[in-house]
Amino acid sequence: MNRLLERLAPFVFGLLALGLWQGTVWALAVPVYVVPGPIAIFDAYLSDYSVLNPALLSTLTVTFTALLAATILGVFLAVAMAASSLFRAAIQPWAVILQVTPVVAIAPLIIIWVNQPFVALVVCATIVAFFPILSNTAAGLAATPTELLDLFRLNGATRWQILFLLRLPSALPNFLTGLRVSGTLALVGAVVAEFVAGSGGFASGLAYRIIEASYRLEIPRMFAALVLLGISGIVIYAALGLLEHFLLRKRDTA
Amino acid sequence: MFSLRAVSKQFANGTRALDDISADIKAGEFVALLGPSGCGKSTLLRLLAGLEAPSAGHIEWDAGKQPGPGDVGFVFQDATLLPWADAAENVYLPLRLRSRRRAEVAGLIETTLAQVGLAEFAGARPKELSGGMKMRVSIARALVSNPLLLLMDEPFAALDEFTRHRLQEDLHRLWRETGKTIIFVTHSIYEAAFLASRILVLSPRPGRIAADIRTAVPEGPDRREGADYIALVHQVTETFRQVMPA
Repeated sequence: MNRLLERLAPFVFGLLALGLWQGTVWALAVPVYVVPGPIAIFDAYLSDYSVLNPALLSTLTVTFTALLAATILGVFLAVAMAASSLFRAAIQPWAVILQVTPVVAIAPLIIIWVNQPFVALVVCATIVAFFPILSNTAAGLAATPTELLDLFRLNGATRWQILFLLRLPSALPNFLTGLRVSGTLALVGAVVAEFVAGSGGFASGLAYRIIEASYRLEIPRMFAALVLLGISGIVIYAALGLLEHFLLRKRDTA
Repeated sequence: MFSLRAVSKQFANGTRALDDISADIKAGEFVALLGPSGCGKSTLLRLLAGLEAPSAGHIEWDAGKQPGPGDVGFVFQDATLLPWADAAENVYLPLRLRSRRRAEVAGLIETTLAQVGLAEFAGARPKELSGGMKMRVSIARALVSNPLLLLMDEPFAALDEFTRHRLQEDLHRLWRETGKTIIFVTHSIYEAAFLASRILVLSPRPGRIAADIRTAVPEGPDRREGADYIALVHQVTETFRQVMPA
């Protein structure tokens, strides 16, 4: 009973909050161009879904392409860093610099340099997303139990056997933690890049629809786009969590 | 089997772990390396495995006994199984690393698991096994490549008393049945007295051989209680009293 209540709690809370929001908007007669109520937002979605849905699809395409690129780049760099301390020394500070530089600041440059807009957006989102995968995978690779490394050496294992049969599987939980963080960051990166590109006149994605709606004071439509982004973020986070649970369910965590 | 000739080990940070160790080990002996924590007994095991090199002296292997890959079975204090692989896959690992096909060695894996009493648990993952069972898998993994030498580094230290007794009995029987050469590191006088055919007592850091005792405890169900066993425990305890600083 208690468990059921706990499962339902976020939905009940959400419905209550929506009701309170709608009630306040009605009671105070707030105009929709200041704060629209949930019903006005839903109406905006119903009338504009032919524009909003393709925009969502475009943003998600950038997000997932960037997440894929970030995974390949992050894992590859982590493996190279684990294999060579010289490579690690050369790369690590630059990876950190790339990570701490706000993507909003470098996005205009990238959009100028890369004249294919889709690729430019993917590059921006990848820069935002790859670091958690890199740092978590690198930490996992470095934490391989030394006894198991000894055991592999005693049995004459090659470098490749150590990598594929021991180090990479050992680092899988860390990689998945990084992937979960990177999944939502890729969405953030895609939206930020779309904002920058959108203000330069390149029409694509939900961020561009948000800018457009704000110029036209179509506030309910703006909220509708925001809600779609929020839902996408939650779904990505939950889906990667499920993947993690599924892949690690048979594993000893100790 | 091999001879330790004035073997010493000093680490890069200046710690002297082992000092002037000399001993001849014959094939088929069950040698307990007994000493207090930090006396370098685990280091000696790593030297024998070839995981580290002595700073002075050398290890002389008898003709044809110089171990190659897979000729040394190593059991660590923790079971250190691959957490994503089931018991059979864990036992298969040393063979897999030498490119043996799984189908080819399936029978061998099965008999090795049966040897440690886990015939029923081939498909169980480490998560589903108790501490004692994990250690049995670890021992099977060390035995599966039919090593010349079995090195064990306090393998039962983390187990509860009941499980430890069972595993000690099974290991002793395994040794009598297979005639393997076993070097077993422990800090328990009782464990050494029960298991071994020979006890090398090491003094505290740097480790030196304080006594070399050949045991003569009769086999049998009351091996742990008989007068010979008690006398042996007394003898080893007395040795420690002399070498341990007050």
